[in-house]
Amino acid sequence: MSIWEYANPVKFMALSGRVLPFATLLSASLLLTGLVWGFFFTADDYKQGSTVKIIFLHVPAALMAINIWLMMLVASLVWLVRRHHVSALAARAAAPIGITMTLIALFTGAIWGKPMWGTYWAWDPRLTSFMILFVFYLGYLALWQAVEDDDTAADLTSILCMVGSVFALLSRYAVNLWNQGLHQGATLTATKESPIDGSYYYPLLICIVGFITLFITLVLLRTRMHIRLRRSRAVLAREATR
Amino acid sequence: MLALFKRDILLAVRSGGGFGLALAFFLILVMFVPFGIGPDRAVLARIAPGILWIGALLACLLSLDRVFQLDAEDGTLEALATSPIPLTGLVSAKAAAHWITTGLPLTLASAPLGYLLGLPSIGYVWLIASLGVGTVSLSFIGTFGAAITVGIKRGGLLLSLLVLPLYIPTLILGAHVVTRAVTGQNPTPSLALLCGLTLLTLALIPAAAAMALRANMR
Repeated sequence: MSIWEYANPVKFMALSGRVLPFATLLSASLLLTGLVWGFFFTADDYKQGSTVKIIFLHVPAALMAINIWLMMLVASLVWLVRRHHVSALAARAAAPIGITMTLIALFTGAIWGKPMWGTYWAWDPRLTSFMILFVFYLGYLALWQAVEDDDTAADLTSILCMVGSVFALLSRYAVNLWNQGLHQGATLTATKESPIDGSYYYPLLICIVGFITLFITLVLLRTRMHIRLRRSRAVLAREATR
Repeated sequence: MLALFKRDILLAVRSGGGFGLALAFFLILVMFVPFGIGPDRAVLARIAPGILWIGALLACLLSLDRVFQLDAEDGTLEALATSPIPLTGLVSAKAAAHWITTGLPLTLASAPLGYLLGLPSIGYVWLIASLGVGTVSLSFIGTFGAAITVGIKRGGLLLSLLVLPLYIPTLILGAHVVTRAVTGQNPTPSLALLCGLTLLTLALIPAAAAMALRANMR
């Protein structure tokens, strides 16, 4: 029994079909709890007022935007090394979710930035690198659209994802050199004691876990969709040749 | 490999259109800047490093779809792929030929164009150095983009969408070298970073581009 068993589309469909209702329920309840708690049952910040509460959308979305690219990179590597179709389709399924998360992070940041920094947009390294991440997602998605043959498309997008990861990382540090930032440093770290107050910390954690389960739900859903699309295309092709 | 390199240069020079086109584009782009911004020399001198770098980068992009397209259409690419040259070697030769016919002329042309924009005199050495090093990485990254899009009909637009994000670090570092030089700071650390980036590209890109070519020819 190993994880590679689920590279078989039939097994994957069976398992994901069973997991999906629970994942949906879990992400819905976590997001509902986290967001309602965060938005309505926390005190306003003494300096930022109620605008601080956008943290409950902004931080999880930004976290996911980066980690979804990472997941796509792992899935691409699995495809290139072991040639499991489910893996390639999962990477494809994740990309639109990732680009949406990037946009959510950019927009919530802009909404928060207007009252706090006095501007919707600044050429700050963190903001800029998110815009760069956005164009990387765009290129990746466009390449999937453009290539007709499924396997070639999976190969090419995987290679692009690998090379893109290197250059996205380089861009992330190159922009540091180019402009000083407005954006604060990371508040949540795995190692240090968090400077954030507990009344914000716990709903934020719930929101982050909620976003992760939401992503898992969506990526399962979309991978199933791509598998079914491919199956139906295979059926149509067989009908056509008959 | 050397023969392939020479052949590509000859083809680019003799076929016309490809060779001078990038230079003409660069000239026109630089000429457009005062039209758009106004002829104030102080303003132009301030933005000259960035404009020259962006202009060279876009001009470099222009001839990329030719790198593999013609060879793919008449079957030369398949013949080359089955020849004893490794695919990484093929890609490197193609990229080097692209640099000789595009990157190098652009680098040399940047100095007179810089004068038109009123670039301060201290900047020229650094402009040429940064473009000379940076366009190598632009050519290699571009060759990777060309290898990815070789099987796609009318892939030119897609090629720019794929390649331009990959150009970001090179552009930032390259323009940074010149900006630091003309504002009186020490530009060598940025130039060292740019050289490092180019070396990384040289090491990484041929393998990736060869993989992409192999996927496209299967």
